[in-house]
Amino acid sequence: MANETARLWKDGGFRPNPWQDWPEDGALEPLDPGTDALVPLERFVADPDVFLARKGRLGVRVAAGEDVAVLAEHLENIALIALEFPSFADGRNYSAARLLRERLGYDGEIRAVGDVLSDQIALMRRCGIDAFLVTHGPTRAALQGGRIPEVRHYYQPVSGPEIEIPAGSRPWARQPAA
Amino acid sequence: MYRYDEFDQAFVAERVTQFRDQVARRLAGELNEEQFKPLRLQNGVYLQLHAYMLRVAIPYGTLSAHQMRKLAHIARTYDKGYGHFTTRQNIQFNWPRLDDVPAILEELAEVEMHAIQTSGNCIRNVTADHFAGVAADEAADPRPYAEILRQWSSLHPEFLFLPRKFKIAVTGAAHDRAAIQFHDIGYEVKRNEAGELGFAVYIGGGQGRTPMVAKKIRDFLPEEDLLAYSEAILRVYNLHGRRDNKYKARIKILVFETGADVLKEEIEAEFTKIRASALRLPADEIRRIEAYFAPPAYAIALPGEAALAAARQADPGFDRWVASNVTGHRAAGHSIVTISLKPIGAPPGDATADQMDAVADIAARYSHDEIRVSHEQNLVLPHVATADLRSVFDALVTAGLATANAGLITDIIACPGLDYCALATARSIPVAQRISERFAETARQADIGDVKIKISGCINACGHHHAGHIGILGLEKKGEEVYQITLGGSGDETASIGDIVGRGFASDDIVDAVETIVDTYLERREGADESFLAAYRRLGATPFKKALYGAA
Repeated sequence: MANETARLWKDGGFRPNPWQDWPEDGALEPLDPGTDALVPLERFVADPDVFLARKGRLGVRVAAGEDVAVLAEHLENIALIALEFPSFADGRNYSAARLLRERLGYDGEIRAVGDVLSDQIALMRRCGIDAFLVTHGPTRAALQGGRIPEVRHYYQPVSGPEIEIPAGSRPWARQPAA
Repeated sequence: MYRYDEFDQAFVAERVTQFRDQVARRLAGELNEEQFKPLRLQNGVYLQLHAYMLRVAIPYGTLSAHQMRKLAHIARTYDKGYGHFTTRQNIQFNWPRLDDVPAILEELAEVEMHAIQTSGNCIRNVTADHFAGVAADEAADPRPYAEILRQWSSLHPEFLFLPRKFKIAVTGAAHDRAAIQFHDIGYEVKRNEAGELGFAVYIGGGQGRTPMVAKKIRDFLPEEDLLAYSEAILRVYNLHGRRDNKYKARIKILVFETGADVLKEEIEAEFTKIRASALRLPADEIRRIEAYFAPPAYAIALPGEAALAAARQADPGFDRWVASNVTGHRAAGHSIVTISLKPIGAPPGDATADQMDAVADIAARYSHDEIRVSHEQNLVLPHVATADLRSVFDALVTAGLATANAGLITDIIACPGLDYCALATARSIPVAQRISERFAETARQADIGDVKIKISGCINACGHHHAGHIGILGLEKKGEEVYQITLGGSGDETASIGDIVGRGFASDDIVDAVETIVDTYLERREGADESFLAAYRRLGATPFKKALYGAA
């Protein structure tokens, strides 16, 4: 599975991905208690205590269209939230990322999972996404080669991982600090 | 007019560089068409029936003579010598080569223009009343707000992959010339009882296969909350709009299926949470942007009315043009001139490069350098001294732009139709041409008065037929083009969707059918003062059906 683990982009490089997807109900081999487990949101919300009691770290996987507000009371125990992008054209989880960062104050890893185009990476970062597990080959190549296109003058105040400062007198305009 | 500062200029320049790289990757085969599509769409590049098409944004339809000359240059250099002005106050070039597009965008950036978000499932070019700032009936100029919305919506990181396209229109007058009730969001600038500026907010209007008139969800939104409220609407739509069927993905369907009251509650709840943020507009910042749109220094107390009356009496052609194409202005001694892009028998909305240059010259000399594009696919000179009308008319005659039909029956809106569009099921431009030829006689047009004919070549309704006083929808049945007629639609403040009058007409019969409708109106109206729309609303469809299909 070397290829699989090499696909996670975070902190400026491809990193090993220690997280394992929570098996479907009735699977023969449950995850080892110490494994970092990525649990579907619906499954987690149905019985949070089961997952909070495990030894390994807890991650939650959010399908496009699911409401992240239900995670509010558990956020300090969640180390990873993986937002699914089933198609590059499905923009619902851009909103979910901003709600997690700006409204719910979540400061753990937010990972985009799925069909992401290289031209979307910068937009996702501004919405608060800081890790990428992408299926699209050219996007992985662009990340590797440092060819992520971006317009670095912004007309929207947001709270992404990068520090942005107001630009001129317009309160909605932003540019990267330094 | 708004002018880019260094920040705006850098934004557009970076975007051009980005797209140049994307086009290079596409031409080198690194991106396939499927991967390239969303990138080109957000830069205004469509793939049409025969070639790529580039749609350039003209924010709220305002441009300078200098910008118009650049559009002429682009038409001449990169296209076949003409451009097409659209119902969303944009211009389309129908024949650019893909490898020329980055150079075109670079040229546009030189004159503070771009093609960002003129396509794709994102917030599109914000439109406004084409008489903004000069209309006598205005509460405030809507363009400063449209400009603020333009900036906020440009590459908004959260809202570039919406369920479907999203159109915002702003009007500053109670008489709606911007068709705001047929937009995803319509803002009407108004004053409350305390005299403060703000907006009535409408959502969920639209045409297409499921036409809907927008619902008003706020009677008064304070001016400072424009962006926070817009962001709340867009967030609710982005999260909850349908994505399973592109024909049910516009916000109008969400409004319809959720109910306007329930959706309003969701929007208000979201708004409450983000209201006190950097999105709140400081009054001094609004006033700073408003100053860009300040009226020019009009010459005071120009004579002109008496000379104009004499000139009209002396020349019936000039008289008819003034009657139809000149509108009252808020400044004394001044007039608003509509330049019809609907010459008899020609495609609606087209202008040649030479005509664009001529309009630029006329605007520079007689209209304080300013031009507007109307959603009715005409051009407007907003600041003409009444004393100069004769000179402007003569210059327009020379340019072949003096058709005297603004607002009359031959001032037809039509989509590109089967002649250009990959989606169309029937031709629309040739039908518009034949109707315009049938009603070409100017005295007859003047007698018929204000009738808006709008023609779409398929159910996507780009020709706005649902909002036409007489709407024509071209369909295909058993290999033949068939045209369905709707009556009584309107895009103004009394917005309504036209009623289907009955079975469709063959291409050979559609012009006769329109004439029958018009003759019925002329017979049944209570006088020349009763417009077609007023008469239809009074009479209902019955007399028209009877005339078209007989007593049975």
